[in-house]
Amino acid sequence: MFFLRLLTGVSSALAVVLITATAWAADLQTLVTNLTTGGFGDREKAISELVASGEARAAPILEALAAGQLYVRKADNVVVIGKADGNKLALSEAVSGKPAGSGTEAELDRVRVNNRLRGVIEAAVGSLTLMSPDARVRRDAADSLFKRPDPTALGALDAAIAAEKDARIKTAFQEARAAVVLTSDASKQDKLAALEVVRDKGNRDALSVLQAAINSQSDPEVKAAATAAAASVRQTLAGWEAAQNVWYGISLGSVLLLAAIGLAITFGTMGVINMAHGEMVMLGAYTTFVVQDIIRTSFPHLFDASLLIALPLAFLVAGVVGIAIERGIIRFLYGRPLDTLLATWGLSLVLQQAVRSIFGPSNREVGAPAFMSGAFQLGQLTITYGRLWIVVFSLLVFATLILVLRKTPLGLYMRAVTQNRPMASAMGIRTPRVDALTFGLGSGIAGLAGVALSQIDNVSPNLGQGYIIDSFMVVVFGGVGNLFGTLVGATALGIVNKFLEPYAGAVLGKILVLVFIILFIQRRPRGLFALKGRSVE
Amino acid sequence: MKLGSILKTGVVAAGLLAGAAGSALAQGAPIKVGVLHSLSGTMAISETTLKDVMLMLIEEQNKKGGVLGRKLEAVVVDPASNWPLFAEKARELLQKEKVAAVFGCWTSVSRKSVLPVFEELNGILFYPVQYEGEESSRNVFYTGAAPNQQAIPAVDYLMNNEKVQRWVLAGTDYVYPRTTNKILEAYLKQKGVKQEDIMINYTPFGHSDWQSIVAEIKKFGSAGKKTAVVSTINGDANVPFYKELGNAGIKAKDIPVVAFSVGEEELAGIDTKPLLGHLAAWNYFQSVKNPSNEAFIKAWQTFTKNPKRVTNDPMEAHVIGFNMWIEAVKKAGTTDPDAVIDAMIGITVPNLSGGYSAMMPNHHITKPVLIGEIQGNGQFDTVWQTPGLVVAEEWSPYLPDSKDLIADWRKPMNCGNFNVVSGKCGGKGK
Repeated sequence: MFFLRLLTGVSSALAVVLITATAWAADLQTLVTNLTTGGFGDREKAISELVASGEARAAPILEALAAGQLYVRKADNVVVIGKADGNKLALSEAVSGKPAGSGTEAELDRVRVNNRLRGVIEAAVGSLTLMSPDARVRRDAADSLFKRPDPTALGALDAAIAAEKDARIKTAFQEARAAVVLTSDASKQDKLAALEVVRDKGNRDALSVLQAAINSQSDPEVKAAATAAAASVRQTLAGWEAAQNVWYGISLGSVLLLAAIGLAITFGTMGVINMAHGEMVMLGAYTTFVVQDIIRTSFPHLFDASLLIALPLAFLVAGVVGIAIERGIIRFLYGRPLDTLLATWGLSLVLQQAVRSIFGPSNREVGAPAFMSGAFQLGQLTITYGRLWIVVFSLLVFATLILVLRKTPLGLYMRAVTQNRPMASAMGIRTPRVDALTFGLGSGIAGLAGVALSQIDNVSPNLGQGYIIDSFMVVVFGGVGNLFGTLVGATALGIVNKFLEPYAGAVLGKILVLVFIILFIQRRPRGLFALKGRSVE
Repeated sequence: MKLGSILKTGVVAAGLLAGAAGSALAQGAPIKVGVLHSLSGTMAISETTLKDVMLMLIEEQNKKGGVLGRKLEAVVVDPASNWPLFAEKARELLQKEKVAAVFGCWTSVSRKSVLPVFEELNGILFYPVQYEGEESSRNVFYTGAAPNQQAIPAVDYLMNNEKVQRWVLAGTDYVYPRTTNKILEAYLKQKGVKQEDIMINYTPFGHSDWQSIVAEIKKFGSAGKKTAVVSTINGDANVPFYKELGNAGIKAKDIPVVAFSVGEEELAGIDTKPLLGHLAAWNYFQSVKNPSNEAFIKAWQTFTKNPKRVTNDPMEAHVIGFNMWIEAVKKAGTTDPDAVIDAMIGITVPNLSGGYSAMMPNHHITKPVLIGEIQGNGQFDTVWQTPGLVVAEEWSPYLPDSKDLIADWRKPMNCGNFNVVSGKCGGKGK
């Protein structure tokens, strides 16, 4: 990059530059060729040679190597960088950066790297990109140097700190420098100062650096200071850990809420024990897969909107299937809970096998749109965007459902029919139609849940099975027939689960929650928020 | 009703006797091969593929004229991921269908469930999946890896090449992960790893909320020592686990995860770009470059009419097992179980990773061990490979209960759990 700018900008020195360029290129050629030959050990040596050469092309070449984009073209043994471009790879020559046509994987030999080399490259590229014009790249460089302190990078870091204008990146550089100082043979004072800088960073990476310092430092004073710093970081982190558990609990609660809320309608208000509820969730997830599949092949630019497109479709698909189930099976079995249970359980197996026959037994890939991937830091708390959106989404679904039940005619009919069927019928409400629509609504919401769950779980025919028990648990715990009970129940179970898990382990934690619910139901058979009044009878 | 059913059984039995006598005479009658893989239920995700491989292998063999001048005929049954049903279906295959050999099972519990049936009826079972060891039966041929053909080399690789000092052993809560982790823990301690540097974590089947555990791993990993996760997490729970790892920003170069149950097939459901560099240990990868593997992949994709269909390690195990059985039948000149079982030992056939695998006297096969790193395209790059073939240790030398046991099904020992200290056949297990 730098070299290119030089070429265009300084036209008067063009001739001189070109001459040096050819001299460089010849050297670079052998350095790059060395990268592609021999085993991983030879490659590591070639990488450090390339870094030491100070070539401007070194950074992009090494980045391509780490990303698995460096290839040797079989036809002419030219080392090329290949970037995905549709089904083919757009190639550019590694040495010059000039475009070199396109090719397929079959025509190229990929230069292989392993984790160790990726680490070496990251540290090397870190020191090479400290002066990059892109703030993000500089930040990443500081981060990777902090994680993998390299004593040789000290000079580059000092220069970068002096040149840096952005205060936050400057801090990052200083923290990286402190980590580097701790691994170098600097004086005691320097190390003590460095320990303070690292302590103030105060996150897990800092703790890791401090622990490494405790293990490696020989000077007793430095060692004691490192131990004290580590203890102080640990203390801050312990507070964050509790916050983290609450967040994980809310996040698990939102998943439970999504899975259970449809059931809160079909089971909670209609009293139908619907064992095929999980399969409605699965249908929603498969709808998402189909939508994404069509988008991938036909409208790739719409990918980020794929979930939004899938939402109404999933609601429709699951809702229509739900209405069909109600009209076809359940309406003949009202008032016969055991028969309903068996019939819907059988139906769930039929639906699973149908999906297995159509889509195959293996998992289907549902991608995450850009706004749902990655994570951000809130203090020392890592919050992943995917989970955050699911929490928001579950609350939206909940609010919408409450509105539908309270403010629309359909909601009024539904409440009327569930509270007093003969009277509602006498008032002219077509109760069978309301039954079908209520069941469709509950199933449709399960379909919506499927869209969200496709982001965090397997999209496979078994998807629904994992949620059916949890859903019933939430509805029964929260209080049958009470939507707010479902909300509170889901969140409470989520948080309790997440606080138990670190101490009791995931398996025992689950058992303890189950035992707790059983005991709770013994005391309050109608759940957390029992319906009161005549409608109960 | 009762009389009717007794009569019916009698008639069926008579028919079967007649059938058996008839088939012994008529050279042209096809040889039946049983396929005992779940086509529905939780395990269908993995096992359906193996059923398809068997159908393809049998079809190919028939194109070559079958074996002993007779065609092969596949008898496919569906035990529906239901362990007791595995035993029933095995009985059906052996008694009613009179199959010459059965290829089947995935989970250890299904294998344990059919084991008494195969021993009682003297059948032959080829079991294609990596497992926890601690077993050797005269009637079973284990074509998957024993722990020393997968888990231990993987740990060695991490220790030597990535300088890992701290270990998280994470697994699903059932017999395979528990036994494997027990062996690994003993092995690590023998290598000088301290108790405080080992974290063991179990999760239920189909666990989908990995947030706390991933955070725990991150915490365990910030002790200033290189940390790695050794995962025996079972199939279905892996997708949410890897998704959470990717989202939490745990990169392979910081905390690598090496998995023993994640192959090409499991990765098909995930975007693997954030997983670049996480590892798996197997005896075969689809990406292995050699003519026999390329031919196999091509045949498989043509057979399934899907140019993107992936291959995986248990499929290779079935290929090896099937070819070995064909060779043994040819050598014995009959499909009689006793003759075939005796003929199996010493049979050597090419494997798909470019070498040969041999059936050893302990009924396990020799295998190369490959360590692969996950690539962005859902395939593995082999980054390390054992220089030669590894012989299976069916009884782990790292467990106190089994360290004195060996299996040798040749005469005169003819024993699956021979105690070398007491000099007697019959120790722990079967």
